[in-house]
Amino acid sequence: MPFLEIESLQKSFGAQTVVHHFEMTIDQGEFITFLGPSGCGKTTILRMIAGFEIPSAGIIRIDGKDVTRFRPNQRNVGMVFQSYALFPNLTVAGNIGFALKVAKRSTAEIKSRVEEMLHLIKLPHLADRYPRQLSGGQQQRVALARALAGRPKVLLLDEPLSALDAKIRVSLRSEIRALQRQLGITSIFVTHDQEEALSISDRIVVLSEGRTAQIGTPFEIYNFPNNRFVASFIGTLSLLPALVVDARNGRLSVDGQDVVTNRPLNGAAVGDAVTVALRPEAITLQPQSENRNNLDAVVEEVGFLGSVIRIRARLNDAVLSLDMFNNPNQPPPELGARVALSFSQDDLLVLDAAVAAA
Amino acid sequence: MKSSRLGAWVALAIGAIYFLVPLIGTFEFSLRMRRDQYSFDAYAIVFADPRFQATLGYSVMMAILTIIVGIALVVPTAYWIELRMPKARPLVEFITLLPLVIPAIVIVFGYLHLYNSSSFLPFTANERSTDVLLVCSYVTLSLPYMYRSVDTGLRAVDVRTLTEAAESLGAGWTTILFKVIFPNVRSGILSGAFLTFAVVVGEFTMASLLDRPAFGPYLQLVGANRAYEPSALAIIAFIVTWASMGLIQIFARAPKGATAAADRTT
Repeated sequence: MPFLEIESLQKSFGAQTVVHHFEMTIDQGEFITFLGPSGCGKTTILRMIAGFEIPSAGIIRIDGKDVTRFRPNQRNVGMVFQSYALFPNLTVAGNIGFALKVAKRSTAEIKSRVEEMLHLIKLPHLADRYPRQLSGGQQQRVALARALAGRPKVLLLDEPLSALDAKIRVSLRSEIRALQRQLGITSIFVTHDQEEALSISDRIVVLSEGRTAQIGTPFEIYNFPNNRFVASFIGTLSLLPALVVDARNGRLSVDGQDVVTNRPLNGAAVGDAVTVALRPEAITLQPQSENRNNLDAVVEEVGFLGSVIRIRARLNDAVLSLDMFNNPNQPPPELGARVALSFSQDDLLVLDAAVAAA
Repeated sequence: MKSSRLGAWVALAIGAIYFLVPLIGTFEFSLRMRRDQYSFDAYAIVFADPRFQATLGYSVMMAILTIIVGIALVVPTAYWIELRMPKARPLVEFITLLPLVIPAIVIVFGYLHLYNSSSFLPFTANERSTDVLLVCSYVTLSLPYMYRSVDTGLRAVDVRTLTEAAESLGAGWTTILFKVIFPNVRSGILSGAFLTFAVVVGEFTMASLLDRPAFGPYLQLVGANRAYEPSALAIIAFIVTWASMGLIQIFARAPKGATAAADRTT
């Protein structure tokens, strides 16, 4: 039985609908990420689960109980904010123990739980500091401990890493994930950073303009995007116009050259114009082998990024990006060189024409 | 560079002279009660006057009541506006500034007209209810100072997110107000309180026209009838005011957490 159920959730502010019929079920202990550009409704959905916004329609159930109309303080949902939101007048220990104090637990119980949480976030020596005396990363770990101290049913994280610098962001996100696994707490993480989403989640919900674009594991979302929005939002993707030559065998014409895809054509018929997509890491400059596609192109730009070399190659009316690993024995191609781009028939995505148009 | 610094010193000197010379003159005059020598006789007389103690005590009492009522009125209002009705802020700011624009004498005549002993709300019928009316009028008079101080304090912390954080941790409204909001705007509340204190202790118009034995009317009475004592009283009043200002400085800097949020937002 699902732990968190969201049924046709909808939210409008005045005439503007920011969340359209959002549906999802989440299992106990799952780590879900809401991913999308700003204004896609991801934070609004999170705030409705927390109780800070009242849905215009729909139902939210936590552990089988309908909490749609509950006040935030009746839901037992932990929340971590982008701005940390620690209470400046309380020490680290005071902040972490806040929920227990509100719940009128005994002083001894609060003390032991606070100590336990401080060890969990690896800051046992900072109990008596005030938030202003901590770094951003430390403050956010304290905020995490504060949200978890009252043993909430669900943990909500609203872009918790956005205010931190790059290095701390990466280390703290794996710390959050490890802590979440250790405690087995059902979590929802909101971010606009696709790398963060891919690295941390059990499942990702990609949102666009208040609608679900796709729900799936990071592997599914990255490798099998349902539509153009997901394909282009996650990772780098080259989009090419193509014509269907033979629908049954997946034969297409790209830039006047024949290619074959093993991916579904999503109902496109012979003569239809479709958009195909390729990941940069799917393309190699190796000579053609059997059952691979081959496109002739001209090298337009070579970007040396260290371990990876990113090359832009031009067809007649389209541009492709491809990544190759750096190899000291194999210098990158010269600008203007004619190259053969080789890629597997499985890697040529045909994007859903209907959604692509939306 | 050098000339601009010189200019600043000249400006400061002119300001200091403008401010200090009358003060020093008043102080010097207040010491000259005894012929041909300086003494604190005028101060001794003032302190020995039972009306001085009674009126000052009365005004301090009124100031404390005004501060309590003012805080109870202004803090939740300013908090609610910051949290739920930010669009109403210009309107409320305008209303709180009205006491600076409308002379106290106009307000007090309004009171006398509305609440006289033959009206439907006869506040002026006896002394206790007149005191209630006086506290209400002082709350009104101190509104610009109290509201502004509290509002500044509230804006320095992220009230909305702190409220949400407390709510998600299970706190109800009273807990949020007393455990989260009050402690974090403490310096704002205190500066509002001391400004209110300074305003109320020296207030004349309201107390005089409502015929209450406050410090302001006593100052006026002594000033009209005596020579040296008014100067002594003026100096005492200054010291009271300055002590209030000094306390603002001390309390506004000292609070253990309240200034941290302000530092962060800059």
